[in-house]
Amino acid sequence: MAESISLRQLQVGQTAVIHTIKADGELGRRIRDMGLLPGVELEAVGKAPLKDPVALRLKGFTLTLRNNEADLITVIPSSQK
Amino acid sequence: MDSQITVALAGNPNCGKTTIFNYLTGARQHVGNYPGITVEKKDGMARCDGQDVRVIDLPGTYSLTAYSQEEVVARRTLAEERPDVVIQVADAGALERNLYLTVQLMELGIPVVLALNMMDEVHRRGDSIDSARLAATMGIPVVECTGRSGLGLDTLLRTAVALAAEVRGKEWNPLKISYGTDIDPVVDEMTALIVQEFAETSSGASASSYPPRWLALKFLEGDGDVREASFISEDLRNALDALLDKTAKHLDLTLQTYPEAVIADFRYGYITSVLRGDIVTRHKESAGRRSFSDKLDQVLTHTLLGPLIMLGIFYLVYKVAFEFGAYPMDVVDAFFGWLGDMVDANMSDGLLKSMVVSGVIAGVGGVMVFVPLILVMFLLIAFLEDSGYMARAAYMLDRVFRVFGLHGSSVMPYVISGGIAGGCAVPGVMATRTLRSPKEKLATMLTLPFMTCGAKIPVFILFVGVFFAAEHQPTVMLCLTLTGWALALLSAWVLRHTVIKGDPTPFVMELPPYRLPTLRGLLLHTWERGWQYIKKAGTIILAISILIWALMTFPTLPADVAERHDVVIAQLEEKVGAAEESVLAAGGSIEAPEEDEDAEKLPEELLLAEARDALAEAENIKSAETLRNSIAGRIGTALEPVSRYAGFEWRTNIALLGGFAAKEVLVSSLGTAYSLGEVDPEEAESLAEKIKADTGTWSMANALSLMIFVLVYAPCVVTIAAIRREANSWGWALFSLVFSTALAYVLAVGVYQIGKAVL
Repeated sequence: MAESISLRQLQVGQTAVIHTIKADGELGRRIRDMGLLPGVELEAVGKAPLKDPVALRLKGFTLTLRNNEADLITVIPSSQK
Repeated sequence: MDSQITVALAGNPNCGKTTIFNYLTGARQHVGNYPGITVEKKDGMARCDGQDVRVIDLPGTYSLTAYSQEEVVARRTLAEERPDVVIQVADAGALERNLYLTVQLMELGIPVVLALNMMDEVHRRGDSIDSARLAATMGIPVVECTGRSGLGLDTLLRTAVALAAEVRGKEWNPLKISYGTDIDPVVDEMTALIVQEFAETSSGASASSYPPRWLALKFLEGDGDVREASFISEDLRNALDALLDKTAKHLDLTLQTYPEAVIADFRYGYITSVLRGDIVTRHKESAGRRSFSDKLDQVLTHTLLGPLIMLGIFYLVYKVAFEFGAYPMDVVDAFFGWLGDMVDANMSDGLLKSMVVSGVIAGVGGVMVFVPLILVMFLLIAFLEDSGYMARAAYMLDRVFRVFGLHGSSVMPYVISGGIAGGCAVPGVMATRTLRSPKEKLATMLTLPFMTCGAKIPVFILFVGVFFAAEHQPTVMLCLTLTGWALALLSAWVLRHTVIKGDPTPFVMELPPYRLPTLRGLLLHTWERGWQYIKKAGTIILAISILIWALMTFPTLPADVAERHDVVIAQLEEKVGAAEESVLAAGGSIEAPEEDEDAEKLPEELLLAEARDALAEAENIKSAETLRNSIAGRIGTALEPVSRYAGFEWRTNIALLGGFAAKEVLVSSLGTAYSLGEVDPEEAESLAEKIKADTGTWSMANALSLMIFVLVYAPCVVTIAAIRREANSWGWALFSLVFSTALAYVLAVGVYQIGKAVL
């Protein structure tokens, strides 16, 4: 089993499974509304021209998060392209 | 009303809800605002088997928490207006996330019909959804449809109407799911407390349209709107708080989590169990649209290409708008010119004629001329919005916006306000409601009026047209827009570090797949916004045009002064008459000579021309004195000692004063100022030519200074009113007024003084 890393460190093209989410309050609620939960699979599909925010692919849709928000989420990388 | 069926449309943003709403209601829709707040309220009538069905389009939301104003509005509408049925439009491609809202609707208890939208995309990918099984598992009707083509929408409406007939008069039946052993007992306990309270106070039950269990759940979720609700008494709130506290402490201790997160997890758990088995069958390689969208993103959000393409797209919007907007503009312009001439020829001289020609026709005509341009602009903006490109712009620009203490979503209000020229600050201010942080929202709201809104464009087009060669005009216009951006961002930074300090808010945003917008949607959207503009022209601007005409006409010159002028003019008229006679006697023509210097002229003709010039000058002097004597002239003149440093003379001051009421009035009141001073109303000399000829007053430095001033100075009255409403404070509205005008003056003085020295 691979080590969990911060979502920020996930490279573009890499897929991973969400391990923990530390965000609470408004950010936590927003993240859950969008279906980001432990156990959910995601792929980093891109970064904005200034390397922040990051674009993530979930099942059927794409969403964006700022790097400092991605810091609150740890993931376990599952594959490398 | 009682027999009429009401259906509400709910759904995530970007799920195609608006397309379905447009299809169902066609042109029979009404756009308004929810009372007290500025979330748009759309309402329309659909027809189903000869029956009228009222359709409410709820704002797009991801859930039913109190996270944003849209969510609060959506659930209040559901609870208070009690539509018979809610149709939840779901993007079938992202079913799991969309079902999160479905579950919450079912928890509320309102009868739900689930519309699996965008099935064409699902099929194209080779995926399939077993909607019959989904319906059976969830216990609600499920209809597959494709909003773009209209496929399945008739069935959808019929299903909703059938369900409405079935549940009519029955109590709501909230869905009860388990939230685990830690939460379930607390929900029950809380529900019991609420039920007991409502039973004791008869007012409670009637005041609250929400099911008690749902209220308990929301209380556990820490929902502020429910917690502060008036129908929850002080005692009840304390009792519920105590339960919430105990549960929260327990969860924190045992699982390092909190009630809200646990409840959400169990909702998703429920969704997972619903979708277990193979309700959704995904093709091995989910290729097709999605990957096409990804490929596009690789280029359109590319590190280097992305920003360049974005600039290019913004530039292209100008190019297209100007090239295509120009032709119909000429037609409208010609029409109002003709109308002015017609009225002028058929009405007797006097104040009424002056008001109709100089006030009404010139004022409204000056605004209507820009309708074609604005329609083209709106069409292009709607295309960018509906295609999904706007979200990419927010994504690419967020890092930049954050530097200035703003949010990537600030891009939308900015763009709507005129970030792509041709917007309007009023809907821009309204669009700031999607910004959750009051601070970022306020900073956006106070600086977005610096954008090149549609009403400023006429001013820019006028002066850019006069002072720049045709091939440079789009570039200059782009520079003006960029200046607006720079000023807005810099002032936002200043505001966020002085009067409105504070931490940034979350940026979690969906990037919808690129879609080709439907023509119908684009046209409806364009028409809605264009119509708002036209209505503004017909009401506020008409009134202001007349007011400004009155300000420029009254008080009239004192009788003795007027008489002195009239005597001079009468004498000169006699001279002209005499000269005409002598020209005729000499066999010449009394027609005003063409601009043909070489043509041989009789000496009598030269004398006539001289006499005419003298008459014109005398009339000009009288008009100028009349205007200067009027209220507007007095205010404008009084301001001259201050405005002089920015290069504005009193006539410009008059126009700028009028522009505070509505920027559209700027050009028309400048026009009125000039046309009132004009000798011959028959001579349809356009304002641009007038300014070009008036080199004494108008140099490049004056023009640049005025354009900067117009870009930045006080937002129009309507915008101020919108700011007051959105910020819920007269203080901020007033601040906006003073702040903008002070900044504009400083900039204009700078530009004029430097311009004068350099150019």
